[in-house]
Amino acid sequence: MLSYILRRLVTGLVTLFGISVISFFIIQLVPGDPAQIQTSQIADAAVSERVYQQLRELYGLDKPIPVQYANWVGKLVVGDFGSSFHDGRRVSAKIGEALWPTLSVALLSFMLTLIISTPIGIYSALRQGGGFDRSVSTGLYMLYSVPNYVAGMLLILYLGVKWDLLPFRGMRSDGYDEMTTLGQMWDLAQHYVLITFCFTFGNLAYYSRFIRQNLLEVVRQDYIRTARAKGLGERSVVLKHAFTNSLIPLISLIGLTLPFVLGGSVILEYMFNWPGLGRLYFESVLQRDYPTIMALNFITALLVLGITFIADLTYGLVDPRISYEK
Amino acid sequence: MATEATTNTTTGGAPVARSYWHITWRRFRGHRLGMVGLCVVAVLFLVAFLSPILANEQPILCRFDGGFYYPAVVDLVHQVPGTSLIIKKQRPYRLATFDFKREFDPERGDWALWTPVRYGPREIAAEPLAGPSSRHWLGTDQSGRDVLSRMVHGTVVSMKVGFLSMGIAVILGLVFGCIAGYAGGIADLVISRFIEVVQCFPAFFLILAVLAWFPPSIENVMIVIGLTRWVGIARFARGEILRIRETDYALAARSLGVRPAQLVLRHLLPNALAPVLVSVTFGIAVSILIEAGLSWLGFGVQPPDASWGTILRSGYENLFTAGHMIPPACVAIFLAVLSFNLVGDTLRDVIDPRLQAERA
Repeated sequence: MLSYILRRLVTGLVTLFGISVISFFIIQLVPGDPAQIQTSQIADAAVSERVYQQLRELYGLDKPIPVQYANWVGKLVVGDFGSSFHDGRRVSAKIGEALWPTLSVALLSFMLTLIISTPIGIYSALRQGGGFDRSVSTGLYMLYSVPNYVAGMLLILYLGVKWDLLPFRGMRSDGYDEMTTLGQMWDLAQHYVLITFCFTFGNLAYYSRFIRQNLLEVVRQDYIRTARAKGLGERSVVLKHAFTNSLIPLISLIGLTLPFVLGGSVILEYMFNWPGLGRLYFESVLQRDYPTIMALNFITALLVLGITFIADLTYGLVDPRISYEK
Repeated sequence: MATEATTNTTTGGAPVARSYWHITWRRFRGHRLGMVGLCVVAVLFLVAFLSPILANEQPILCRFDGGFYYPAVVDLVHQVPGTSLIIKKQRPYRLATFDFKREFDPERGDWALWTPVRYGPREIAAEPLAGPSSRHWLGTDQSGRDVLSRMVHGTVVSMKVGFLSMGIAVILGLVFGCIAGYAGGIADLVISRFIEVVQCFPAFFLILAVLAWFPPSIENVMIVIGLTRWVGIARFARGEILRIRETDYALAARSLGVRPAQLVLRHLLPNALAPVLVSVTFGIAVSILIEAGLSWLGFGVQPPDASWGTILRSGYENLFTAGHMIPPACVAIFLAVLSFNLVGDTLRDVIDPRLQAERA
């Protein structure tokens, strides 16, 4: 186990290095630099040139690219992402603010997905090929093919504008500060409804099918037959013996869905004016804010890498049959 | 597979050798949903290709000032790249300032066979933000352009981006996948690591990061989507090549002295194509989705050109006054994604003979 963790950590470090290189160079490949963009509006050529040189020095753009990369990584190691080119604020502070809105929606949607798709998956597996199984899987498949921002637009149009049922701009209504604590919570909850739904519905088909498939596989195992043979009730067999064991592959699925939640959040967060990572990324791209873009690229990739790693480890912890020694 | 082989020998006398793709197609036809998906894809294709004679401000055939003209047909021919150098539009029609509808004069003996939608995608035809009416079935947008005509021409963008970007991704993915799978060693290590690194990034982040610095255009969108999406295909191809490399027929070919390049191209690659095709079909759906999303954000197709994403954006910007633009664009994107997913799912079921045996 320990040697496996070490081996994974070493390859993980190589990947991490690759991630830092791509995060850094994807911006450098591009023509022009932020100093140029910021000074392009200055009419006086001499002033423009002087400010341009000063900005380049300030941003460290006058140094050779490998040196810039080394500086960036050097600061990265101690968790310093530098300051935003746009408003001069610390990048870490900007990201810190945006992290919770995105993460809370992701977690909420993930919990909802599990709560809804687990019973569906179990029930479909038990009544395999039956009417419920077929109709639900067709329905969920259709939902799965509705792109989340398309659903977002329709929900905003009908629930938000035409029927005026739910708010769809930002996290809070105007006058949030004057509300009572209970009122604030109600207001916040209302704002979460639409965006959380948009992140959730597409996963339902995927997860319920996944749970159904795994359960079907587990039900064929010998220990299930043993459990039945010793006279356990069907309920206990399915829920205790079969279902808990069918959860294991789910862990790897969680690692796989995460990058999509983060990447897919750009359009949805912008659409719902949600102050999360996706919108921050989009705004940083518009503002040519190099440090924030690099930091966000790096952090999301790091998150994905880390969660895959943890998922792989937990896989072994919950399933003793998996051996890490090759 | 076994049953098909026996029926062939009994019905036809001599055994008929059926190609793999032929068998696959026969199985595919048995899937109703897959066929529905394929039909919708075909319709979208037709709409895209025929868009100049479906929605155009100039007629298919007309008599104008004593002469016969067919400007929309010329537009149709121009869909094929390169033809605009050989066939040119007749004189008045190719001028940007020429407005056929204004010059049209029935008293002079002019008549015209119009396209089903009489408005061009850029033509300012009516009041802005008008709701659906008998003249404009889906209403007009913020500049007074016909939404239906823009939807029709938006299909071209989606199909082009879907197929061409995946074309780029397939070429890159197969080349790198084959190298990694066949050569092994350092090449495999480097390529596999690279794939792993790229897959850590959310694809949309990478696409935005690159696209933001180039002038927004549909060509750039295609290239960037292709450049970011080849890694998945490369991974598939590598796995397949690794597997096929060890088969008996690969060994047989090698012992006959087939050179590596020929071995990969003629013996390994064709057998690795089926799973790649499945991921390409899903990839087209994703590309269409990304393009519409990018256009919605303002990084894709630029106004006044039409795309489903830009139509959706116009609807979003005029939410309270003109919601009528949103549902059509949503339906179009949904249909395109659904049909490609259906085709992909059916293909996946159909190309794997083991699955077929299980089901029977």
